[in-house]
Amino acid sequence: MDITLQNVEYRYQANTPFERLAIEDVSIDLPAGTFLALIGHTGSGKSTVLQHLNALIKPTKGTVKIGDTTITPNKKQKNLKHVRQRVGIVFQFPEHQLFEETVEKDICFGPMNFGVSEQEAKARARRAIQQVGLSEEILLKSPFELSGGQMRRVAIAGVLAMEPDVIVLDEPTAGLDPRGRQDIMNMFASLHQERNLSTVLVTHSMEDASRYADQIAIMHNGKVERKGTPAEIFSNPERLLELGLDVPEVVNLQHKLESAFGRKFAKTCLSMEDLAEEAMKLLKGGDSL
Amino acid sequence: MNELVRLQDISFQYDEEADYALKGVSFSIYEGEWLAIVGHNGSGKSTLAKLLNGLQYAQEGTISVDGMLLSEDTVWEVRKKIGMVFQNPDNQFVGTTVQDDVAFGLENHGVAREEMVDRVRHSLEKVKMDQFLDQEPHHLSGGQKQRVAIAGVIALRPNLIILDEATSMLDPRGREEVLDTVRELKQDHQMTVISITHDLEEAAKADRIIVMNKGKLYREGSPAEIFQMDEELVQLGLDIPFPVKMSKLFKEKGIPLTKYHLTEEELVNELWTSHSKM
Repeated sequence: MDITLQNVEYRYQANTPFERLAIEDVSIDLPAGTFLALIGHTGSGKSTVLQHLNALIKPTKGTVKIGDTTITPNKKQKNLKHVRQRVGIVFQFPEHQLFEETVEKDICFGPMNFGVSEQEAKARARRAIQQVGLSEEILLKSPFELSGGQMRRVAIAGVLAMEPDVIVLDEPTAGLDPRGRQDIMNMFASLHQERNLSTVLVTHSMEDASRYADQIAIMHNGKVERKGTPAEIFSNPERLLELGLDVPEVVNLQHKLESAFGRKFAKTCLSMEDLAEEAMKLLKGGDSL
Repeated sequence: MNELVRLQDISFQYDEEADYALKGVSFSIYEGEWLAIVGHNGSGKSTLAKLLNGLQYAQEGTISVDGMLLSEDTVWEVRKKIGMVFQNPDNQFVGTTVQDDVAFGLENHGVAREEMVDRVRHSLEKVKMDQFLDQEPHHLSGGQKQRVAIAGVIALRPNLIILDEATSMLDPRGREEVLDTVRELKQDHQMTVISITHDLEEAAKADRIIVMNKGKLYREGSPAEIFQMDEELVQLGLDIPFPVKMSKLFKEKGIPLTKYHLTEEELVNELWTSHSKM
Protein backbone atom coordinates (compact mmCIF):
# COMPACT_ATOMS: atom_id res chain seq x y z
CA MET A 1 0.00 0.00 0.00
CA ASP A 2 1.34 3.41 -0.95
CA ILE A 3 1.17 6.46 1.27
CA THR A 4 1.69 10.00 0.02
CA LEU A 5 1.84 13.24 1.95
CA GLN A 6 1.47 16.26 -0.30
CA ASN A 7 2.25 19.75 0.99
CA VAL A 8 0.89 18.81 4.37
CA GLU A 9 0.53 21.44 7.05
CA TYR A 10 -0.70 20.83 10.57
CA ARG A 11 -1.59 23.40 13.23
CA TYR A 12 -2.37 22.28 16.73
CA GLN A 13 -5.47 23.97 18.17
CA ALA A 14 -6.06 25.91 14.94
CA ASN A 15 -8.11 29.12 15.21
CA THR A 16 -7.54 29.46 18.92
CA PRO A 17 -5.11 31.71 20.80
CA PHE A 18 -3.01 28.56 21.39
CA GLU A 19 -2.56 27.79 17.72
CA ARG A 20 0.86 26.33 16.96
CA LEU A 21 2.28 25.41 13.58
CA ALA A 22 3.76 21.91 13.90
CA ILE A 23 4.60 20.99 10.30
CA GLU A 24 4.44 22.87 7.06
CA ASP A 25 4.76 21.98 3.39
CA VAL A 26 5.71 18.38 4.11
CA SER A 27 5.74 16.09 1.08
CA ILE A 28 6.78 12.48 1.56
CA ASP A 29 6.31 9.51 -0.75
CA LEU A 30 6.09 6.02 0.69
CA PRO A 31 5.65 3.49 -2.12
CA ALA A 32 4.86 -0.04 -0.92
CA GLY A 33 7.96 -1.79 0.38
CA THR A 34 9.95 1.31 1.29
CA PHE A 35 12.10 1.57 4.41
CA LEU A 36 12.13 5.23 5.39
CA ALA A 37 13.99 6.70 8.33
CA LEU A 38 12.68 9.94 9.76
CA ILE A 39 15.32 11.93 11.60
CA GLY A 40 15.27 15.20 13.49
CA HIS A 41 15.43 16.80 16.90
CA THR A 42 12.74 16.45 19.49
CA GLY A 43 10.16 19.06 18.44
CA SER A 44 11.11 19.00 14.74
CA GLY A 45 7.71 17.62 13.73
CA LYS A 46 8.48 13.90 13.36
CA SER A 47 5.69 12.76 15.66
CA THR A 48 3.17 14.98 13.91
CA VAL A 49 4.14 13.50 10.55
CA LEU A 50 3.82 10.05 12.04
CA GLN A 51 0.27 10.66 13.23
CA HIS A 52 -0.78 11.55 9.68
CA LEU A 53 0.35 8.17 8.41
CA ASN A 54 -2.70 6.42 9.79
CA ALA A 55 -5.06 9.36 9.92
CA LEU A 56 -4.89 9.91 13.67
CA ILE A 57 -4.96 13.59 12.78
CA LYS A 58 -6.16 15.39 9.67
CA PRO A 59 -3.96 17.94 7.89
CA THR A 60 -4.92 21.61 8.17
CA LYS A 61 -3.61 22.04 4.60
CA GLY A 62 -2.54 19.64 1.86
CA THR A 63 -3.47 16.05 1.12
CA VAL A 64 -2.70 12.68 2.68
CA LYS A 65 -3.29 9.57 0.57
CA ILE A 66 -3.27 6.23 2.33
CA GLY A 67 -3.95 3.51 -0.23
CA ASP A 68 -7.31 4.41 -1.78
CA THR A 69 -8.28 6.81 0.98
CA THR A 70 -7.68 10.51 0.49
CA ILE A 71 -7.70 12.74 3.52
CA THR A 72 -8.05 16.49 3.06
CA PRO A 73 -8.70 19.27 5.57
CA ASN A 74 -12.34 19.87 4.74
CA LYS A 75 -13.63 16.40 4.01
CA LYS A 76 -15.34 14.53 6.83
CA GLN A 77 -14.00 10.99 6.96
CA LYS A 78 -16.48 8.54 8.38
CA ASN A 79 -14.79 5.23 8.42
CA LEU A 80 -11.05 5.20 8.91
CA LYS A 81 -10.93 1.83 10.59
CA HIS A 82 -9.58 0.04 7.53
CA VAL A 83 -6.77 2.60 7.29
CA ARG A 84 -5.80 2.13 10.91
CA GLN A 85 -5.82 -1.61 10.42
CA ARG A 86 -3.40 -1.44 7.52
CA VAL A 87 -0.98 1.02 9.09
CA GLY A 88 0.29 -0.17 12.46
CA ILE A 89 2.05 2.30 14.72
CA VAL A 90 4.43 1.17 17.43
CA PHE A 91 4.57 4.18 19.73
CA GLN A 92 7.50 5.06 22.00
CA PHE A 93 7.72 2.77 25.01
CA PRO A 94 4.76 0.70 23.74
CA GLU A 95 5.01 -1.58 26.77
CA HIS A 96 3.36 1.20 28.80
CA GLN A 97 0.18 0.43 26.88
CA LEU A 98 -0.07 -3.22 27.84
CA PHE A 99 -3.14 -3.74 29.99
CA GLU A 100 -4.68 -7.21 29.65
CA GLU A 101 -4.49 -10.15 32.06
CA THR A 102 -2.55 -12.33 29.69
CA VAL A 103 -0.19 -11.73 26.82
CA GLU A 104 -2.58 -13.59 24.50
CA LYS A 105 -5.53 -11.37 25.39
CA ASP A 106 -3.40 -8.29 24.95
CA ILE A 107 -2.27 -9.30 21.47
CA CYS A 108 -5.80 -10.35 20.46
CA PHE A 109 -7.32 -7.07 21.60
CA GLY A 110 -6.41 -5.10 18.47
CA PRO A 111 -7.49 -7.60 15.83
CA MET A 112 -10.76 -8.40 17.66
CA ASN A 113 -11.49 -4.71 17.92
CA PHE A 114 -11.34 -4.68 14.14
CA GLY A 115 -13.81 -7.54 13.89
CA VAL A 116 -11.48 -10.54 13.62
CA SER A 117 -12.95 -13.68 15.24
CA GLU A 118 -11.50 -14.88 18.53
CA GLN A 119 -10.20 -18.04 16.95
CA GLU A 120 -8.45 -16.17 14.15
CA ALA A 121 -7.09 -13.59 16.61
CA LYS A 122 -5.55 -16.39 18.69
CA ALA A 123 -3.95 -17.91 15.62
CA ARG A 124 -2.53 -14.51 14.78
CA ALA A 125 -1.26 -14.08 18.34
CA ARG A 126 0.68 -17.34 18.01
CA ARG A 127 2.23 -16.21 14.73
CA ALA A 128 3.01 -12.72 16.04
CA ILE A 129 4.67 -13.98 19.21
CA GLN A 130 7.00 -16.11 17.10
CA GLN A 131 7.74 -13.22 14.76
CA VAL A 132 8.99 -11.17 17.71
CA GLY A 133 11.19 -14.05 18.83
CA LEU A 134 9.29 -15.19 21.92
CA SER A 135 7.98 -18.68 22.64
CA GLU A 136 4.28 -19.58 22.70
CA GLU A 137 4.34 -20.39 26.42
CA ILE A 138 4.56 -16.70 27.14
CA LEU A 139 1.03 -16.22 25.77
CA LEU A 140 -0.49 -17.45 29.02
CA LYS A 141 1.59 -15.24 31.28
CA SER A 142 0.64 -11.83 32.57
CA PRO A 143 2.43 -9.14 30.56
CA PHE A 144 3.46 -7.55 33.84
CA GLU A 145 5.64 -10.43 34.97
CA LEU A 146 7.85 -10.10 31.89
CA SER A 147 11.15 -8.25 31.58
CA GLY A 148 11.24 -4.84 29.93
CA GLY A 149 12.58 -6.24 26.67
CA GLN A 150 9.94 -8.98 26.58
CA MET A 151 7.16 -6.49 27.27
CA ARG A 152 8.40 -4.39 24.38
CA ARG A 153 8.21 -7.42 22.09
CA VAL A 154 4.71 -8.31 23.25
CA ALA A 155 3.54 -4.78 22.52
CA ILE A 156 5.07 -5.01 19.04
CA ALA A 157 3.39 -8.41 18.53
CA GLY A 158 0.07 -6.69 19.25
CA VAL A 159 0.67 -4.40 16.29
CA LEU A 160 1.90 -7.21 14.02
CA ALA A 161 -1.24 -9.24 14.80
CA MET A 162 -3.25 -6.59 12.96
CA GLU A 163 -1.32 -7.79 9.90
CA PRO A 164 -0.61 -4.29 8.66
CA ASP A 165 0.91 -3.41 5.26
CA VAL A 166 2.83 -0.53 6.76
CA ILE A 167 4.50 -0.41 10.13
CA VAL A 168 5.53 2.84 11.77
CA LEU A 169 8.11 2.66 14.54
CA ASP A 170 8.66 5.55 16.91
CA GLU A 171 12.06 4.98 18.55
CA PRO A 172 11.45 1.26 18.95
CA THR A 173 14.74 0.54 20.72
CA ALA A 174 14.85 3.41 23.23
CA GLY A 175 15.89 2.24 26.68
CA LEU A 176 16.94 -1.29 25.63
CA ASP A 177 20.39 -2.74 26.19
CA PRO A 178 22.74 -3.11 23.20
CA ARG A 179 21.77 -6.71 22.46
CA GLY A 180 18.06 -5.93 22.83
CA ARG A 181 18.44 -3.01 20.44
CA GLN A 182 20.15 -5.11 17.84
CA ASP A 183 17.68 -7.99 18.13
CA ILE A 184 14.67 -5.70 17.70
CA MET A 185 16.17 -3.88 14.70
CA ASN A 186 17.15 -7.15 13.03
CA MET A 187 13.62 -8.39 13.57
CA PHE A 188 12.14 -5.36 11.80
CA ALA A 189 14.68 -5.62 9.01
CA SER A 190 13.68 -9.23 8.32
CA LEU A 191 9.95 -8.46 8.54
CA HIS A 192 10.56 -5.72 6.03
CA GLN A 193 12.38 -8.06 3.70
CA GLU A 194 10.32 -11.22 4.06
CA ARG A 195 6.88 -9.66 4.05
CA ASN A 196 7.67 -6.58 2.00
CA LEU A 197 6.33 -4.59 4.90
CA SER A 198 6.71 -0.85 4.34
CA THR A 199 8.57 0.50 7.34
CA VAL A 200 8.87 4.00 8.73
CA LEU A 201 11.46 4.34 11.47
CA VAL A 202 11.63 7.44 13.64
CA THR A 203 15.05 7.39 15.26
CA HIS A 204 17.88 9.37 16.78
CA SER A 205 20.35 6.67 15.84
CA MET A 206 22.14 7.63 12.66
CA GLU A 207 23.71 4.16 12.67
CA ASP A 208 20.30 2.51 12.41
CA ALA A 209 19.14 5.01 9.79
CA SER A 210 22.15 4.36 7.60
CA ARG A 211 22.14 0.58 8.13
CA TYR A 212 18.47 -0.23 7.60
CA ALA A 213 16.75 2.53 5.63
CA ASP A 214 16.75 2.98 1.88
CA GLN A 215 15.44 6.53 2.21
CA ILE A 216 16.10 9.13 4.89
CA ALA A 217 14.10 12.29 5.50
CA ILE A 218 15.51 14.94 7.82
CA MET A 219 12.95 17.06 9.62
CA HIS A 220 13.86 20.51 10.91
CA ASN A 221 11.53 23.16 12.33
CA GLY A 222 8.46 21.44 10.96
CA LYS A 223 9.78 21.06 7.43
CA VAL A 224 11.49 18.34 5.47
CA GLU A 225 15.00 19.71 5.34
CA ARG A 226 16.46 16.98 3.12
CA LYS A 227 15.51 13.67 1.59
CA GLY A 228 17.68 11.04 -0.01
CA THR A 229 19.45 7.71 0.27
CA PRO A 230 21.77 7.23 3.26
CA ALA A 231 24.78 7.77 0.96
CA GLU A 232 23.32 11.04 -0.34
CA ILE A 233 22.38 12.31 3.11
CA PHE A 234 25.64 11.44 4.82
CA SER A 235 27.99 12.45 2.01
CA ASN A 236 27.37 16.00 3.12
CA PRO A 237 27.70 15.78 6.88
CA GLU A 238 28.37 19.51 7.34
CA ARG A 239 24.72 20.39 6.98
CA LEU A 240 23.68 17.77 9.54
CA LEU A 241 26.24 19.05 11.99
CA GLU A 242 24.99 22.60 11.43
CA LEU A 243 21.52 21.41 12.37
CA GLY A 244 23.01 19.97 15.55
CA LEU A 245 22.32 16.40 14.42
CA ASP A 246 24.77 13.57 14.68
CA VAL A 247 26.25 11.71 11.76
CA PRO A 248 27.03 7.99 11.85
CA GLU A 249 30.22 7.21 13.76
CA VAL A 250 31.79 5.86 10.60
CA VAL A 251 31.14 9.10 8.71
CA ASN A 252 32.41 11.10 11.64
CA LEU A 253 35.66 9.15 11.78
CA GLN A 254 36.13 9.50 8.02
CA HIS A 255 35.74 13.24 8.50
CA LYS A 256 38.43 13.28 11.19
CA LEU A 257 40.80 11.16 9.13
CA GLU A 258 40.27 13.41 6.13
CA SER A 259 41.16 16.52 8.06
CA ALA A 260 44.15 14.89 9.79
CA PHE A 261 45.56 13.68 6.47
CA GLY A 262 44.43 16.75 4.56
CA ARG A 263 42.81 14.61 1.88
CA LYS A 264 39.34 13.61 0.79
CA PHE A 265 38.37 9.97 0.42
CA ALA A 266 36.95 8.90 -2.92
CA LYS A 267 33.51 8.25 -1.42
CA THR A 268 31.49 8.45 1.78
CA CYS A 269 31.83 5.19 3.66
CA LEU A 270 28.78 3.91 5.50
CA SER A 271 30.22 0.69 6.92
CA MET A 272 33.28 0.07 9.09
CA GLU A 273 34.63 -2.36 6.53
CA ASP A 274 34.37 0.27 3.77
CA LEU A 275 36.05 2.87 5.88
CA ALA A 276 38.90 0.54 6.80
CA GLU A 277 39.47 -0.26 3.10
CA GLU A 278 39.49 3.37 2.05
CA ALA A 279 41.71 4.38 4.95
CA MET A 280 44.17 1.58 4.04
CA LYS A 281 44.58 3.07 0.58
CA LEU A 282 45.46 6.35 2.22
CA LEU A 283 47.86 4.74 4.70
CA LYS A 284 49.65 2.66 2.12
CA GLY A 285 50.06 6.00 0.36
CA GLY A 286 49.41 4.65 -3.17
CA ASP A 287 49.20 8.09 -4.67
CA SER A 288 51.29 10.88 -3.30
CA LEU A 289 49.96 13.22 -0.67
CA MET B 1 41.57 7.37 47.79
CA ASN B 2 39.03 7.29 50.59
CA GLU B 3 36.46 4.56 50.59
CA LEU B 4 32.95 6.01 50.58
CA VAL B 5 30.84 2.90 50.19
CA ARG B 6 31.62 -0.76 50.74
CA LEU B 7 29.50 -3.68 49.65
CA GLN B 8 30.39 -6.98 51.30
CA ASP B 9 29.09 -10.32 50.00
CA ILE B 10 25.73 -8.94 48.97
CA SER B 11 23.07 -11.44 47.90
CA PHE B 12 19.51 -10.50 47.07
CA GLN B 13 16.42 -12.14 45.63
CA TYR B 14 13.10 -10.42 45.00
CA ASP B 15 11.19 -13.39 46.34
CA GLU B 16 12.18 -16.75 47.70
CA GLU B 17 11.39 -18.73 44.59
CA ALA B 18 13.05 -16.30 42.21
CA ASP B 19 16.66 -16.59 41.09
CA TYR B 20 19.16 -14.44 42.89
CA ALA B 21 19.15 -10.92 41.43
CA LEU B 22 22.54 -10.47 43.08
CA LYS B 23 24.85 -13.17 44.39
CA GLY B 24 27.93 -12.57 46.53
CA VAL B 25 28.75 -9.11 45.24
CA SER B 26 31.55 -7.16 46.93
CA PHE B 27 33.18 -3.93 45.88
CA SER B 28 34.02 -0.44 47.10
CA ILE B 29 33.26 3.00 45.81
CA TYR B 30 35.87 5.69 46.36
CA GLU B 31 35.42 9.36 47.02
CA GLY B 32 35.48 11.54 43.94
CA GLU B 33 35.43 8.79 41.33
CA TRP B 34 33.06 8.25 38.41
CA LEU B 35 32.13 4.61 38.46
CA ALA B 36 30.18 3.14 35.55
CA ILE B 37 28.22 -0.06 36.15
CA VAL B 38 27.37 -1.85 32.93
CA GLY B 39 25.60 -5.10 32.14
CA HIS B 40 22.71 -6.47 30.10
CA ASN B 41 19.07 -6.02 31.14
CA GLY B 42 18.49 -8.20 34.17
CA SER B 43 22.17 -8.43 35.15
CA GLY B 44 21.49 -6.88 38.56
CA LYS B 45 22.65 -3.31 37.94
CA SER B 46 19.46 -1.59 38.99
CA THR B 47 19.03 -3.90 41.96
CA LEU B 48 22.41 -2.68 43.15
CA ALA B 49 21.18 0.90 42.97
CA LYS B 50 18.06 0.04 44.96
CA LEU B 51 20.12 -1.63 47.67
CA LEU B 52 22.53 1.29 47.92
CA ASN B 53 19.67 3.65 48.59
CA GLY B 54 17.81 1.37 50.96
CA LEU B 55 14.85 0.88 48.65
CA GLN B 56 15.45 -2.84 49.13
CA TYR B 57 17.51 -4.68 51.72
CA ALA B 58 19.89 -7.49 50.93
CA GLN B 59 19.18 -10.90 52.48
CA GLU B 60 22.88 -11.49 52.91
CA GLY B 61 25.88 -9.22 53.25
CA THR B 62 26.38 -5.66 54.40
CA ILE B 63 26.60 -2.20 52.89
CA SER B 64 28.35 0.62 54.68
CA VAL B 65 28.19 4.22 53.57
CA ASP B 66 30.69 6.70 54.94
CA GLY B 67 31.43 4.33 57.80
CA MET B 68 27.75 3.79 58.65
CA LEU B 69 26.13 0.38 58.32
CA LEU B 70 23.02 0.62 56.12
CA SER B 71 19.92 -0.70 57.89
CA GLU B 72 16.31 0.31 58.42
CA ASP B 73 17.51 2.46 61.32
CA THR B 74 20.13 4.35 59.36
CA VAL B 75 18.41 4.52 55.99
CA TRP B 76 17.33 8.16 56.36
CA GLU B 77 20.85 9.21 57.25
CA VAL B 78 22.22 7.23 54.32
CA ARG B 79 19.73 8.74 51.91
CA LYS B 80 21.08 12.19 52.78
CA LYS B 81 24.42 11.01 51.47
CA ILE B 82 23.20 9.26 48.34
CA GLY B 83 21.01 10.91 45.74
CA MET B 84 19.39 9.00 42.90
CA VAL B 85 18.24 10.02 39.44
CA PHE B 86 16.00 7.46 37.77
CA GLN B 87 15.37 6.54 34.16
CA ASN B 88 12.01 8.05 33.33
CA PRO B 89 11.91 11.86 33.40
CA ASP B 90 8.13 11.80 33.73
CA ASN B 91 8.03 9.51 36.75
CA GLN B 92 10.14 11.60 39.07
CA PHE B 93 8.72 15.06 38.66
CA VAL B 94 6.58 15.58 41.75
CA GLY B 95 6.20 19.37 41.98
CA THR B 96 3.85 21.49 39.87
CA THR B 97 6.68 23.88 39.03
CA VAL B 98 10.42 23.51 38.67
CA GLN B 99 11.21 25.18 41.99
CA ASP B 100 8.50 23.28 43.87
CA ASP B 101 9.96 20.08 42.55
CA VAL B 102 13.41 20.89 43.91
CA ALA B 103 11.92 22.11 47.20
CA PHE B 104 10.04 18.84 47.70
CA GLY B 105 13.02 16.83 48.89
CA LEU B 106 14.22 19.65 51.15
CA GLU B 107 10.79 19.92 52.76
CA ASN B 108 10.85 16.20 53.41
CA HIS B 109 14.14 16.61 55.18
CA GLY B 110 12.78 19.49 57.26
CA VAL B 111 15.12 22.19 55.96
CA ALA B 112 14.20 25.70 57.19
CA ARG B 113 12.44 27.92 54.67
CA GLU B 114 15.16 30.58 54.28
CA GLU B 115 17.77 27.98 53.68
CA MET B 116 15.43 26.10 51.36
CA VAL B 117 14.89 29.13 49.12
CA ASP B 118 18.61 29.59 48.95
CA ARG B 119 19.37 25.95 48.16
CA VAL B 120 16.64 25.68 45.51
CA ARG B 121 17.98 28.72 43.70
CA HIS B 122 21.56 27.56 44.01
CA SER B 123 20.93 24.00 42.79
CA LEU B 124 18.93 25.18 39.81
CA GLU B 125 21.74 27.53 38.88
CA LYS B 126 24.15 24.61 38.98
CA VAL B 127 22.12 22.65 36.44
CA LYS B 128 21.41 25.81 34.41
CA MET B 129 17.68 25.69 34.99
CA ASP B 130 17.39 28.86 37.05
CA GLN B 131 15.56 30.60 34.20
CA PHE B 132 12.72 28.12 34.57
CA LEU B 133 11.72 28.50 38.24
CA ASP B 134 7.97 28.72 37.69
CA GLN B 135 7.69 26.55 34.59
CA GLU B 136 5.45 23.54 34.68
CA PRO B 137 7.00 20.17 33.88
CA HIS B 138 5.12 19.59 30.65
CA HIS B 139 6.83 22.62 29.11
CA LEU B 140 10.24 21.04 29.61
CA SER B 141 12.21 18.65 27.43
CA GLY B 142 13.28 15.27 28.79
CA GLY B 143 16.83 16.53 29.30
CA GLN B 144 15.58 19.57 31.19
CA LYS B 145 13.38 17.41 33.42
CA GLN B 146 16.34 15.20 34.28
CA ARG B 147 18.42 18.27 35.10
CA VAL B 148 15.69 19.40 37.48
CA ALA B 149 15.78 15.93 39.03
CA ILE B 150 19.53 16.36 39.48
CA ALA B 151 18.97 19.77 41.08
CA GLY B 152 16.53 18.10 43.49
CA VAL B 153 19.22 15.61 44.38
CA ILE B 154 22.11 18.04 44.82
CA ALA B 155 19.96 20.42 46.90
CA LEU B 156 20.27 17.74 49.59
CA ARG B 157 24.07 17.93 49.26
CA PRO B 158 24.75 14.23 48.90
CA ASN B 159 28.29 12.83 48.69
CA LEU B 160 27.27 10.38 46.02
CA ILE B 161 24.91 10.63 43.10
CA ILE B 162 23.60 7.52 41.36
CA LEU B 163 22.34 7.81 37.80
CA ASP B 164 20.17 4.76 37.14
CA GLU B 165 20.01 4.78 33.33
CA ALA B 166 19.18 8.45 33.74
CA THR B 167 19.89 9.29 30.11
CA SER B 168 18.49 6.24 28.35
CA MET B 169 15.11 7.80 27.55
CA LEU B 170 16.59 11.05 26.25
CA ASP B 171 17.49 12.17 22.75
CA PRO B 172 21.22 12.69 22.00
CA ARG B 173 21.07 16.38 22.85
CA GLY B 174 19.29 15.77 26.17
CA ARG B 175 21.80 13.04 27.00
CA GLU B 176 24.75 15.39 26.48
CA GLU B 177 23.08 18.14 28.56
CA VAL B 178 22.64 15.80 31.48
CA LEU B 179 26.10 14.24 31.31
CA ASP B 180 27.79 17.63 30.96
CA THR B 181 25.90 18.82 34.02
CA VAL B 182 27.02 15.85 36.07
CA ARG B 183 30.62 16.17 34.86
CA GLU B 184 30.71 19.79 35.99
CA LEU B 185 29.26 18.90 39.39
CA LYS B 186 31.81 16.18 39.82
CA GLN B 187 34.65 18.50 38.93
CA ASP B 188 33.54 21.52 40.96
CA HIS B 189 32.33 19.69 44.05
CA GLN B 190 34.34 16.46 44.09
CA MET B 191 31.04 14.63 43.85
CA THR B 192 31.21 10.87 43.56
CA VAL B 193 29.18 9.50 40.65
CA ILE B 194 27.85 6.03 39.94
CA SER B 195 26.39 5.72 36.50
CA ILE B 196 24.37 2.63 35.68
CA THR B 197 24.29 2.66 31.92
CA HIS B 198 24.04 0.89 28.59
CA ASP B 199 25.87 3.68 26.88
CA LEU B 200 29.38 2.41 26.37
CA GLU B 201 30.67 5.68 24.98
CA GLU B 202 29.67 7.17 28.30
CA ALA B 203 31.21 4.31 30.28
CA ALA B 204 34.44 4.79 28.33
CA LYS B 205 34.77 8.22 29.96
CA ALA B 206 34.37 6.87 33.51
CA ASP B 207 37.30 6.43 35.90
CA ARG B 208 36.41 2.82 36.54
CA ILE B 209 33.94 0.26 35.19
CA ILE B 210 32.20 -2.67 36.83
CA VAL B 211 30.68 -5.27 34.52
CA MET B 212 27.72 -7.15 35.96
CA ASN B 213 26.52 -10.46 34.56
CA LYS B 214 23.69 -12.63 35.87
CA GLY B 215 23.74 -11.04 39.30
CA LYS B 216 27.49 -11.36 39.77
CA LEU B 217 30.33 -8.94 39.52
CA TYR B 218 31.96 -10.20 36.35
CA ARG B 219 34.90 -7.84 35.95
CA GLU B 220 36.21 -4.60 37.35
CA GLY B 221 38.79 -2.28 35.82
CA SER B 222 39.68 0.91 34.02
CA PRO B 223 37.87 1.60 30.72
CA ALA B 224 41.05 0.66 28.87
CA GLU B 225 41.19 -2.71 30.64
CA ILE B 226 37.48 -3.45 30.27
CA PHE B 227 37.30 -2.70 26.57
CA GLN B 228 40.24 -4.94 25.80
CA MET B 229 37.78 -7.72 26.67
CA ASP B 230 36.49 -7.28 23.18
CA GLU B 231 34.19 -10.10 21.97
CA GLU B 232 33.67 -11.23 25.54
CA LEU B 233 31.64 -8.05 26.04
CA VAL B 234 29.41 -8.93 23.12
CA GLN B 235 28.80 -12.35 24.61
CA LEU B 236 27.69 -10.60 27.80
CA GLY B 237 25.04 -8.74 25.77
CA LEU B 238 27.07 -5.56 25.70
CA ASP B 239 28.70 -3.75 22.86
CA ILE B 240 32.17 -2.50 22.06
CA PRO B 241 32.75 1.23 21.63
CA PHE B 242 33.14 2.25 18.03
CA PRO B 243 36.79 3.43 18.22
CA VAL B 244 37.74 0.02 19.66
CA LYS B 245 35.94 -1.80 16.83
CA MET B 246 37.73 0.32 14.24
CA SER B 247 41.11 -0.18 15.95
CA LYS B 248 40.54 -3.89 15.77
CA LEU B 249 39.67 -3.76 12.11
CA PHE B 250 42.81 -1.75 11.30
CA LYS B 251 44.94 -4.22 13.22
CA GLU B 252 43.40 -7.10 11.27
CA LYS B 253 44.31 -5.30 8.09
CA GLY B 254 47.92 -5.13 9.21
CA ILE B 255 48.27 -1.65 10.69
CA PRO B 256 50.50 -2.12 13.75
CA LEU B 257 48.43 -0.17 16.28
CA THR B 258 49.85 -0.22 19.81
CA LYS B 259 46.40 -0.75 21.37
CA TYR B 260 42.66 -0.62 20.91
CA HIS B 261 41.83 3.06 21.24
CA LEU B 262 38.92 4.32 23.30
CA THR B 263 38.53 7.63 21.50
CA GLU B 264 38.49 8.54 17.83
CA GLU B 265 41.05 11.27 18.46
CA GLU B 266 43.60 8.80 19.81
CA LEU B 267 42.97 6.46 16.91
CA VAL B 268 43.34 9.17 14.28
CA ASN B 269 46.51 10.35 16.01
CA GLU B 270 48.16 6.96 15.98
CA LEU B 271 47.15 6.30 12.38
CA TRP B 272 48.63 9.63 11.40
CA THR B 273 51.85 9.05 13.34
CA SER B 274 52.33 5.52 12.05
CA HIS B 275 51.68 6.76 8.53
CA SER B 276 54.27 9.50 8.68
CA LYS B 277 56.84 6.89 9.74
CA MET B 278 56.07 4.58 6.82
